[in-house]
Amino acid sequence: MLAELTAIAFNEEGFMTDPNEWTKEIAEVLAQQEAIETLTAEHWKIIDFCRQTGLASGNAPTLRQISAGTGISTKELFALYPKGPAKKVAKIAGLGKPEGCV
Amino acid sequence: MKTFLILGAGTGGTMVANKMSAALDPQEWRIVIVDRDETHYYQPGFLFIPFGMYSPADVVKPKRNFLPPTVEVIFGDIELIEPDKSRIKLSGPSGKTISYDYMVVSTGSHIHPEEITGMKDGGGWHQNIFDFYTLQGATALSKFLKFWKGGRMILNVAEMPIKCPVAPLEFLFLADWFFKERGMRDKVDITFATPLPGAFTKPRASSVLGNMLTDRSIALETEFSLMEVDNAKQVIRSYDEREIGYDLLVTIPTNKGADVIGASGMGDELNFIPVNKNTMQSEKWDNIWLIGDASNAPASKAGSVAHFMLDVVVENILRHMEGLDPLPKFDGHANCFIESGNEKGVLIDFNYDVEPLPGMFPLPGFGPFSLLKESPANHWGKMMFKWIYWNVLLKGGEMPFESQMSMAGKWK
Ligand SMILES: Cc1cc2nc3c(=O)[nH]c(=O)nc-3n(C[C@H](O)[C@H](O)[C@H](O)COP(=O)(O)OP(=O)(O)OC[C@H]3O[C@@H](n4cnc5c(N)ncnc54)[C@H](O)[C@@H]3O)c2cc1C
Repeated sequence: MLAELTAIAFNEEGFMTDPNEWTKEIAEVLAQQEAIETLTAEHWKIIDFCRQTGLASGNAPTLRQISAGTGISTKELFALYPKGPAKKVAKIAGLGKPEGCV
Repeated sequence: MKTFLILGAGTGGTMVANKMSAALDPQEWRIVIVDRDETHYYQPGFLFIPFGMYSPADVVKPKRNFLPPTVEVIFGDIELIEPDKSRIKLSGPSGKTISYDYMVVSTGSHIHPEEITGMKDGGGWHQNIFDFYTLQGATALSKFLKFWKGGRMILNVAEMPIKCPVAPLEFLFLADWFFKERGMRDKVDITFATPLPGAFTKPRASSVLGNMLTDRSIALETEFSLMEVDNAKQVIRSYDEREIGYDLLVTIPTNKGADVIGASGMGDELNFIPVNKNTMQSEKWDNIWLIGDASNAPASKAGSVAHFMLDVVVENILRHMEGLDPLPKFDGHANCFIESGNEKGVLIDFNYDVEPLPGMFPLPGFGPFSLLKESPANHWGKMMFKWIYWNVLLKGGEMPFESQMSMAGKWK
């Protein structure tokens, strides 16, 4: 659809397959696809945390990890990223689906 | 004398004690296992207790019976693990310290209802809110169900991961059958509220199992992350402000690794210990190894999985003792019978990379078990599992199939 996304590979569930292709511009576009109009500083704090821990460990962090790592309560995470915050942030941050669902 | 220490004498720890006592030279090694509880619980049997299919006596036996006589068994509470000093402390006035050369941690995964606002402190705990992951919860629920006249029942999974991720589905299928047998199914509304996007974690199985819920008129509420239980209003509320009313709430509360793991600073935010998911060696300490539910490996937390880890853990520890590198042989293999009511069951077989597929197991084309499909044979497999568990599995005995998953007999 948008120029930023045409060159990017996604899996069938809509997660980027290579986190290194990710840019901030891509995040803005992906956020809009998830019905988040603008990414605020709070949104970015969470994305930055997920990029950091996700790239270091190879796995997108879980809800609990995000809440513990950013100090943002689960309730607020749901307000910022409605429905499933962990999955949504992982998508927008160009990471795979969070593990822990086994 | 060197010390081989095992923490927790549940499914995993007991198997390791049996295998290691056969493998290690008793002149050189002393094997010590510590657990706070003298009773071994057959946890898969807890599922059947609420419906009066098993009684408490079916699921308990003394731990000592399953441990070899050469193993030193200590019943006590592990208060602290000091992995940097290779020693542990037991609680109590003696405050005994045990130093080890190698340690296997198998302290399991446990439910924590107090993690959810209003679940344990709202007045309904074991009155109209029950778990079935403890013998106490399952027994209390069986008493409640005996006299229940019907109403709205919710089965809820608070958050993932949970041990035995198929147990909630089995509970639903059995509940549907139980109420039908009692001629009161029309008086009960059943809802399954889960944080997952579907009935199960993996897509193919999720769709088959989802259809089985629909066939039984069980409502499915997905992506429901439980925020609180409001027992005054008899509703559960999710973080995205959805409410579902109940008369009976059966819940799988937050699962966490043992408290002592948290207290010793060895775990993640849920007290599960970071592990190399293929070798089962601790990510941080070379002389610490993991089996069963205690690790953060992204595999199902199940007894069958602990069994598939066993050979890998034992081989790798013995290699390590010889100065060899561990082999990345654990593939996340899980094999779970799902009891589906009416004396039928479903079997799923999967690993880290391959989701549950249809087919026959363990013999391609013959079975006798059919994969991802309801059959009476699968029910008998589940029932036989109790005998196998007590008589073969705990003793680390051989099973008629390999630890690594096989694609033979599966249809893509
Ligand atoms: C309802 C239900 C149904 C299930 N159904 C199945 C099934 O059908 N198939 C299947 O394969 N699996 C099933 N499981 C899962 C299976 O029971 C577990 O995965 C398995 O028992 C895990 O073994 P483990 O050794 O990791 O932990 P456990 O067997 O739980 O053992 C942990 C041990 O550590 C001890 N411990 C913990 N902390 C301390 C401490 N501080 N001090 C001293 N001791 C301590 C505990 O007392 C316990 O004995 C089911 C589980 C439940 C609850």
